[in-house]
Amino acid sequence: MPPIDPAAGSPGGVGGRPPSENTDPAAEDAPKAPADAAGVSTEKGGAPEAALPRGEAPGIRFEKVVKRFGHNVVLRELDFSVAPGERVTLIGPSGSGKTTILRLLMTLEKLDDGLIWIGDETLWHMERGGKRVPAGQKHLHEMRKQVGMVFQQFNLFPNMNVLRNLTEGPVRVLGLSRDEAVERARGLLDMVGLADKENAHPTQLSGGQQQRVAIARALAMQPRVLLLDEVTSALDPELVVGVQDLLRDIARQSDITLLCVTHEMTFAKDISDRVLMFDQGQIVEEGPPEQIFGEPSEQRTRDFLQAVLAT
Amino acid sequence: MDWDWQYSGDILPDLLDGLRYTVIATLAGYVIALVLGLVWTLLRRSPSRVFNQAIRWITEFIRSTPLIPQLYFVFFVLPAWGITIGSLTAGIITLGVHYSTYTAEVYRAGIADVPKGQWEACTALNLPRSRVWLDVVLPQAIRRVIPTLGNYLIAMFKDSPMLLAINVAELLFSAYQVGAKSLQFLEPITMVGLLFVVVSVISSILVRRLERRYATN
Amino acid sequence: MGDVLDGYNQWLDGAWLTFRLTLLGGALALVLALVFGLAGTSRRAWVRGLNRVYVEFFRGNATLVLLFWFFYALPLIGLRFSTMFAAVLALGLNIGAYGAEVVRGSIKAVPRAQYEATVALNFTPYQRMRRVLLPQGFALMLPPFGNLIIELMKGTAIVSLVGLVDLTRVSKNIQGSTGQTVAAFTVVLVLYFVIAQVLQLAVRYAERRVDRMLGRRLPSEPSLGTIAAGAPGTGVSG
Repeated sequence: MPPIDPAAGSPGGVGGRPPSENTDPAAEDAPKAPADAAGVSTEKGGAPEAALPRGEAPGIRFEKVVKRFGHNVVLRELDFSVAPGERVTLIGPSGSGKTTILRLLMTLEKLDDGLIWIGDETLWHMERGGKRVPAGQKHLHEMRKQVGMVFQQFNLFPNMNVLRNLTEGPVRVLGLSRDEAVERARGLLDMVGLADKENAHPTQLSGGQQQRVAIARALAMQPRVLLLDEVTSALDPELVVGVQDLLRDIARQSDITLLCVTHEMTFAKDISDRVLMFDQGQIVEEGPPEQIFGEPSEQRTRDFLQAVLAT
Repeated sequence: MDWDWQYSGDILPDLLDGLRYTVIATLAGYVIALVLGLVWTLLRRSPSRVFNQAIRWITEFIRSTPLIPQLYFVFFVLPAWGITIGSLTAGIITLGVHYSTYTAEVYRAGIADVPKGQWEACTALNLPRSRVWLDVVLPQAIRRVIPTLGNYLIAMFKDSPMLLAINVAELLFSAYQVGAKSLQFLEPITMVGLLFVVVSVISSILVRRLERRYATN
Repeated sequence: MGDVLDGYNQWLDGAWLTFRLTLLGGALALVLALVFGLAGTSRRAWVRGLNRVYVEFFRGNATLVLLFWFFYALPLIGLRFSTMFAAVLALGLNIGAYGAEVVRGSIKAVPRAQYEATVALNFTPYQRMRRVLLPQGFALMLPPFGNLIIELMKGTAIVSLVGLVDLTRVSKNIQGSTGQTVAAFTVVLVLYFVIAQVLQLAVRYAERRVDRMLGRRLPSEPSLGTIAAGAPGTGVSG
């Protein structure tokens, strides 16, 4: 894993925060955490970028995955894989199954058939007596530790303030002490440029600020795989850029595996190593962003891109 | 002590006799509640603020005080003012007036639920005020509140046993009397309880059906 | 009027009993409402079945019938309670059944997106309920709970029919001893009204606090759903 170099960040950092804020004495004094469970990074200087989760990112593989809603088959025997640390963007018309892929990975939808691998373990199945059986709650809980998700509508908890939104998971689920969790949360809030909002109530924030908090909340759980489900679609146009810049920084400075569903083609171009074009639950075309957006070979991809650019 | 089937059969006619009064009191009271509730609602829309507030507090007073002292008030106080009424009549009036304050709230919410555009359309069409109410607002509002009003019929049915406080010979009163005669309370009161559950469950299924039928969203 | 108010000691004792019945019945109702309301949101069919049986039976019954049952019928099969206990049981079981519907409906009314966020943060089912769904559902429960506590307070008057000396009973006694019918029954109604207003203020205060916590604004007038929460056959979601 390459060390994260604070200097690699954008010159102004995220949200135009002054460089002096990068020095956080509290982070320096913090005890060293074991490498694989690294909390807030304790690299010298305690740069906020170092609050990003680190460690081996797993790959993802779909094997003949089927998902139906009633009679409507959303995914039909879908096969694809994502390499460890790869950034993949899923595009395609609505109803093409791309959001369903993220929701299956987050266990928000049940799998109907096939296998989903995260690293070398299956998400929806477990071994018992040499046989593969449907996963129990415990197995799902273990598997979900690696995955985080950011939603289109942010879904912050309105019964908690911003800081609590970020610490609740680490304290209750990961078993961090309140102090550790607060420290990690502050590092992340600093990174997303909202260090002064920790006591604010979610409803007092703009949509863009809420989404940045939601991103920080997902990262506070130190996922190895991050799922972004149309994270800028619900934002006013002038707020989109801030969130996209943040995600670009995160993509650049971490080695997380990233799956992204978006309609913003420029953003997809910047952030991804590979683009998958979906239609009717199948991959129509895939390749590096330059190829998909520059010279798509499939008619359906061309039609889709044209329709998106027209809006 | 075991359940006495023979006895249960013997007391059934007495209970059914009591049920008759329960049904009469509930239905007659319901008619009063439906009409008087609408009167309260319309009075509250009068242009005088003082009058509105007075109506509001009167209904609030009736709604937030218990039925039994209200029954005493009607049954014992009205005769002191020279109005003599029987206990069943007093029961019906009290039940009806008490629940009229609930139906008034239901009507109010139902009217508030009629979209503002409907009022504006009436203004645009220059409809006279009586037409606005009778042809546009009330038909829509009443449609919306029918299931809730149905619920209050069930609620009144379940409050009707309180009429025994002024010796109305309703269902529970009959059950108590036959029980007191033989000192066997288990059968009559259990039977009354089961009857209430059966009637309530059936009627709430009916109300749910009404809800689906008149669902506005 | 003077004679009626001279019995202020009796009035106070009666009010104290009414207050205690309201408090104890309310506490029992709250516990039952939470237990059976949460059971109603369970994934297991038999747990939901428990909720249905409890709600239909105790909501479907009249409180006075329940009270008579506990007071006159059950002692004959060897189940004997004090009058006070029978009264609290009847009131708590009945209002608890309405409350269970309120709890179930309120938790179901928390947006599904909130549930999904708890899954994404890997909360356990207990944590999802305890940390997110219940606190947010609580805000929805408060207005109907406010209605229910007033209904409960009104319901306590039935104990006067089985010999407990609550406010209603005191009014009857004083009417009997002084012969001042109008004054006695006017005073008792006013006292009940005052208690109801105090309860309402307390509920409003709680609502405002919870709404501030959730960053919401109160609707100025109750909605149809809130009004209906005091009637049988209705939950919050209908």
